[in-house]
Amino acid sequence: MRNPLSDVVIEMKPSGIRKFFDIVSEMKDAISLGVGEPDFDTPWHIREEGIYSLEKGRTFYTSNAGLKELKVEICNYLKRRYNLEYDYNGETLVTVGGSEAIDIALRAMVNPGDEVIIPQPSYVSYLPCVQLAYGVPVVIDLKEENQFKLTKQELLDAITDKTKVLVLPFPNNPTGAILEEEYLRDIAEVCIEKDIFVISDEIYSELTFKGRHVSIAEMPGMRDRTILINGFSKAYAMTGWRLGYACGPQNIISQMTKIHQFAIMCAPTTSQYAAVSALKNGDADVEKMRQSYNQRRRFLMSRFKEMDIPCFEPYGAFYVFPNISKFGMTSDEFATKLLETEKVAVVPGTAFGDSGEGFVRISYAYSLERLKEALGRIEHFISTLEK
Amino acid sequence: MIELSPIRKEILGVIEHNGRIDLKELAILMGTDEITVANEIADMEKEHIICGYHTMINWDNTTNDKVSAMIEVNVTPQRGVGFDKIADRIKNFEEVNAVYLISGGFDFMVLVEEKSMRAVSQFVSEKLSTIEEVSGTATHFVLKSYKVHGTILEEEKTDERMLVTP
Repeated sequence: MRNPLSDVVIEMKPSGIRKFFDIVSEMKDAISLGVGEPDFDTPWHIREEGIYSLEKGRTFYTSNAGLKELKVEICNYLKRRYNLEYDYNGETLVTVGGSEAIDIALRAMVNPGDEVIIPQPSYVSYLPCVQLAYGVPVVIDLKEENQFKLTKQELLDAITDKTKVLVLPFPNNPTGAILEEEYLRDIAEVCIEKDIFVISDEIYSELTFKGRHVSIAEMPGMRDRTILINGFSKAYAMTGWRLGYACGPQNIISQMTKIHQFAIMCAPTTSQYAAVSALKNGDADVEKMRQSYNQRRRFLMSRFKEMDIPCFEPYGAFYVFPNISKFGMTSDEFATKLLETEKVAVVPGTAFGDSGEGFVRISYAYSLERLKEALGRIEHFISTLEK
Repeated sequence: MIELSPIRKEILGVIEHNGRIDLKELAILMGTDEITVANEIADMEKEHIICGYHTMINWDNTTNDKVSAMIEVNVTPQRGVGFDKIADRIKNFEEVNAVYLISGGFDFMVLVEEKSMRAVSQFVSEKLSTIEEVSGTATHFVLKSYKVHGTILEEEKTDERMLVTP
């Protein structure tokens, strides 16, 4: 029999997180700090709207690009929060999570051999999605001394004649880094000068703890070369609803809609109805959750300081990314040992790219009680290492 | 009425659900020092924004008998004796947990907690109805509490998320 598989798929490395998941799930009574989704339930009024839509029998397909009502609310929201103007009709596409938007944006924009710049550490799917689009991933290793921000020089150094797209993942998973306006200005300048497009993954945009999030699409000249990706998972604790969206210039969005139409048809209808309520009535819920995350973030930073574990202060998402290199172990060894001896699961930084070596990702999408217990165990673990 | 500063709002948001949190921890969560937090709390106590630190008890989970009732009360205010005066008379009874002047079909809503239905009945017939201005009452016994002071009274939820996700 011939090999049934494609070369591209065989070349793709499995997610580094997968391996760790398999170990953790074997272990009883482990405390996990390894989750990349909110611990809150979706606010009730949003769930209620989903239930209501089911009761009303709204169980049909929606139009490919999404419910009109939802697209209009998405555009209202982007105008309200970021002063960005998109036409609901033609410049807005509702997707199955931000993940789908990343995939189809790349497939719509990348020709075989085009280079796509991916700053790392970052979310696990950018690189494989570039490969699936027959593009060539070019990784920028972000640095701790820059607080894992992308600098103008780093970007310039990575650009070649073949560069077409920059993936911009801020606020960042796993580092928690944000990219402030002055950095965005520099990056925008480079993109315009070098004629590069941006896929800006802003899924954590509502979770920033130092002023409001600024989108690269707000920078002069960038709106028409940016695909802005966002969604409901993190801001409204709606991961399981699988709902995201992409906004951008009509010429790109219409081609993304074509792929979406053939691959997916439309995003889940129930989720779309529920999401309308999220955007219309969810601001207070988001604020409440942000406040909780911020308190936990401060708690963790204070504990790291007590334990003398170096950690730059992250101002976004719900992760901290402490530097564990002083313990003389790789990230993988550290995480494995911590799990074996103290039964606390954290994710090795290397799951998010080679530049994550020396770091672990700790999620604070957990109650304070859980965090306290887990940090107590980590403290104990470290004290045994230092002896 | 006092407008709350952001830090006061955040402090109240935490201690409303966790009155036992210690100052040091509260200061860390607020991103400030203990003295600031202690001063804010002391001031809010003085200003009667913070009026006490109670414990929420679900008596249903104990063998202790506890009967709650909500009593609609209709009154006829006399000249020179407004609603406030009548409320003063009602609120001072030990049995009374809360008194609200409300709009709608009747005047006061009185929340009462007692050991038995008999005790509640006794309170209504002997103490509440006999107040001169009270013209009528309707007593509703609570059969089950689902949510009290913003807290849902049920077993703790388990974390059903996958243990590690990207």
